[in-house]
Amino acid sequence: MPIATASQTIGPYWHLIEHPEMADLTRFGADGERIVFTGRVTDGDGLPVSDACVEIWQAQPEASEAFPGYGRAGTDVQGMFRFVTIKPGPVPGVRGAAGNAPQAPHLSIAIFARGLVKALHTRAWFGGERLNESDPVLGLIEPPARRATVIARQDGQQAGMPVWRLNLRLQGDGETLFMEV
Amino acid sequence: MTQPNQDDQPFRPPAPGSQPEYDAPDYGSTHKRHPTQALLHIPHTVTELNGPRFLPRHFPPLTDLSRVDGRDAAGQRIIVAGRVTDEDGRPVPETMIELWQANAAGRYNHERDQHDAPLDPNFKGEGRVFTDGEGNYRFLSILPGAYPWRNHHNAWRPNHIHYSLFGPGFVTRLVTQMYFPGDPLLPLDPIFNCVPDAAARDRLIARFDLELTEPEWALGYRFDIVLRGRGMTPFEEGGLH
Repeated sequence: MPIATASQTIGPYWHLIEHPEMADLTRFGADGERIVFTGRVTDGDGLPVSDACVEIWQAQPEASEAFPGYGRAGTDVQGMFRFVTIKPGPVPGVRGAAGNAPQAPHLSIAIFARGLVKALHTRAWFGGERLNESDPVLGLIEPPARRATVIARQDGQQAGMPVWRLNLRLQGDGETLFMEV
Repeated sequence: MTQPNQDDQPFRPPAPGSQPEYDAPDYGSTHKRHPTQALLHIPHTVTELNGPRFLPRHFPPLTDLSRVDGRDAAGQRIIVAGRVTDEDGRPVPETMIELWQANAAGRYNHERDQHDAPLDPNFKGEGRVFTDGEGNYRFLSILPGAYPWRNHHNAWRPNHIHYSLFGPGFVTRLVTQMYFPGDPLLPLDPIFNCVPDAAARDRLIARFDLELTEPEWALGYRFDIVLRGRGMTPFEEGGLH
């Protein structure tokens, strides 16, 4: 049986395929609550990772001609990424799991960079959502204190849009909870 | 074996040794960028089982990297073709492949690339192709040059072309590099060698293909890509919870 091709680093020159408009998931005219999703990517020394490719994917709203569900943003010299998207709603839970509780609104995140030989995967949930308490994936995170590393916090507004912030720490103090998917 | 609709089946975990580990000591940039805490294994939900689709209308194909405005880039012209399948051998149709590479002198058209080698006004180094209904793709380019990097003394990257693929789900996303057969830099390259399994490394090397080669025009290389398959192997079924 064939085996999946090995991953290799995206390297420092991936900006040849960056296309900054891909950071705006609303560019095709999607309906819904527009939000900014932003944060800083830092390394094990707390220094900004200024050459990362951050990607998000959301299953809700469902992808369509008006809404790709997928975005890509490069980090700047401060390590900051910034997306504009539609705030997701809840989605079905884990098939077969007890109770089949719905999943709280979340974004799937993949980080690629020089020095990452394969993508780092995580999610962003949204602070204050009632469904966070019963989310079947968020609830897997132990110890519970680490859940804070994947819950975005609302932080003011930009251009009339609520800003949701989640910093991504690749290593060390406050290391983001990364996921094996 | 045949299951007509597997779209709600989870994707298979990687075969042992087939994917690199985040902590690759010989590749210096991994030192401060690899996670040190255990990763959380999560079940595949609607989020993982689905992924983005790209329309050629929004992402027009760029299948000829070998010239700009009709002017030929410097370098050895190459045709690269191959097939994208999953781990069950099924084609991955109509999926977008993004490509980028250095020019023939080993320099990227990128402001952060300061290697003392000439830029080529007739080479941009970005490509984009879609697989056909059978998973086949093809593009035209020039052989990328090797270039130095500062990982260790006298470190040179082997000739390579970067690939970015999506496949059916967000967790089938793959970013990789295609190498060329017979490159003496391959055994010395910490990035190529971060893949533990030798057979998995070899599958990153394209094959020279005389059938694909066009007389008086361009050398042909074949590079097939396999994305994760769906469904559990019998070994995993007992252990997943």
